[in-house]
Amino acid sequence: MTVTTTPVSTPLSPPALSAPALRRRRSRRLRTVGFHTVAGGLSLLWLVPIALVLLTSIRTFDDIAANGLGAAPHTFTLGGYGAAWTGGGMARAMLNSLIVTVPTVILSLVFASAAAFALSRYRVPFRRGIILLMLAGNLLPPQILLVPVFKLTELMGLYDTLPADIIVQLGFGLGFYTFVLQGFMRSIPNEIQQAAVIDGAGPVQIFVRIILPMTRPALAALSALAFTWTFNDLLWSITVLRTETVMPVTPALLGLQGQFVSSWNVIAAGWVIAAIPTVLVFLRFQKHFISGLAIGAVK
Amino acid sequence: MTTLSAPTISAPVRTRRRRTPRLPPVLILFVLLPLAVEGFWVFWPALQGFYLSLTDWDGVSAPRWVGFGNFTELFADPIFRTALVNTAIWLVLFGGISAAGGLGLALLLQQERRGVGFYRAALFTPVVFSLVATALMWQVIYQPDGLANRLLGAIGLGSWQHSWLANSSTVLYAVLLPALWRQLGYVMVLYLAGLKGIDPVLYEAAKLDGATKIQQFRNVTWPQLRSVNSVILSVIVIDSLRSFDVVWSMTKGGPYHSSELLSTYMYSTAFQSLQLGYASALAVVIFVLAFGVIVTYLVRAFREDAS
Repeated sequence: MTVTTTPVSTPLSPPALSAPALRRRRSRRLRTVGFHTVAGGLSLLWLVPIALVLLTSIRTFDDIAANGLGAAPHTFTLGGYGAAWTGGGMARAMLNSLIVTVPTVILSLVFASAAAFALSRYRVPFRRGIILLMLAGNLLPPQILLVPVFKLTELMGLYDTLPADIIVQLGFGLGFYTFVLQGFMRSIPNEIQQAAVIDGAGPVQIFVRIILPMTRPALAALSALAFTWTFNDLLWSITVLRTETVMPVTPALLGLQGQFVSSWNVIAAGWVIAAIPTVLVFLRFQKHFISGLAIGAVK
Repeated sequence: MTTLSAPTISAPVRTRRRRTPRLPPVLILFVLLPLAVEGFWVFWPALQGFYLSLTDWDGVSAPRWVGFGNFTELFADPIFRTALVNTAIWLVLFGGISAAGGLGLALLLQQERRGVGFYRAALFTPVVFSLVATALMWQVIYQPDGLANRLLGAIGLGSWQHSWLANSSTVLYAVLLPALWRQLGYVMVLYLAGLKGIDPVLYEAAKLDGATKIQQFRNVTWPQLRSVNSVILSVIVIDSLRSFDVVWSMTKGGPYHSSELLSTYMYSTAFQSLQLGYASALAVVIFVLAFGVIVTYLVRAFREDAS
């Protein structure tokens, strides 16, 4: 509120705009036009492939065969969706994906937040060593694990079952989620916890009633990320699963391509179906998702 | 990573913790259970992976110890050499372009102005799709009768038309493009978070000193982005070495291994040729290449944890 604006006499100020001011204004407008041209052009470039797939998914096979894939649609049909959903097995694949993704996300966050709670709020021996070890596990290139994990699931009778896909992704993701959550929990002030201790609350109560509710923003960000990562996974699924009927959506999309070789309308419809869940999660948790990506720079 | 945490993830200020003397047994369970899961499904397999790289194994009979035999064999293997070169090209192009491009996009879109939210969202959208889905949509573009060739034909460059994924001299770059298309928006978001963290006072001071835009970038923005840069560098190197999905979806490393990466070669050696020992040796090579970055990353995490 201090008066810092100096009342300098300005003989060049409006009403009559001077030549330099006019030039400045024109160059600013030019720059705005330039910005929107460049940014708009880039955005268009980014959206064209998406639009193309959407358009392909509503064309008929004959239209594509006659006019080419790159042509504008001459027909409209939702037949591709029907074919992908039932004939192409996307319905079953979607169910498999949810059976894998939902438990993986929930278990990951439950395990990771429990570990993060103990490691951040109590003096666990080798605290830092444990945290870094867990994080290191997540940074390993998955390739080093593929063969042994494949054999391990076989040995335990889990090979080619959905629980194998769940537990493998749970194990691999835990380190990262724990690392992020413990960093977050460490910043919660201790007074609240002390008060609860005085009221006679045990560690489990403190965890469930006090720390977890305060960790909600981080949990929301991580669950949006974990959902997307697990749902979009290809490598673990094709390592521990083999039969087509147990494949989740992402690997099933590859299978669809094999099955409907040049029926691009069906393949594109399958693509749209596969993209819907993550797009929904993204739209619903947009803010959390982006902030999660920023903290989730490890992946 | 602290520099990157966006405002929504802010928690109350930390205060000094009083020493809790005794550790309740339930907390030991809290730590040991997750550790056991990770130990059993990550650390134990990783150790086995290193051991298997020294054996010859078909997955059925017992592994036969061959020492470093797999590794000497690797260096005489022309496909391995192709995969190694392709991985290096991938690292340089995918890494370089996504870092430079991501920074460029972030600088272009950092200022809040009309339309900027839409542009950011458009560039970020592909991050939501899986790499398999991304690969698939670009396959539509690359088909002989697809958009790429049609556009080239329309602007009179019909002689440039290719069947992009079937031609061994274009395939690697054709596969790289979708990966970049998806990665650029992601790197842009990381840089936007980093740019947001720079104190505006620094720019005010630079402007008062009469610094030009370029000088401001060189003397304020770039030094301030140092920690973001090192995070992004680790992410990019780790991502490049892990790149598998997009190549596997589009070409499976073909035609004739011309788009083979170490990761795809490892997978097909293991699960299609069932040379599990040889595949493990390939995995060890990937691990060795990633090792430096992993350690750098952990050292950073360790330091930030201490502060």
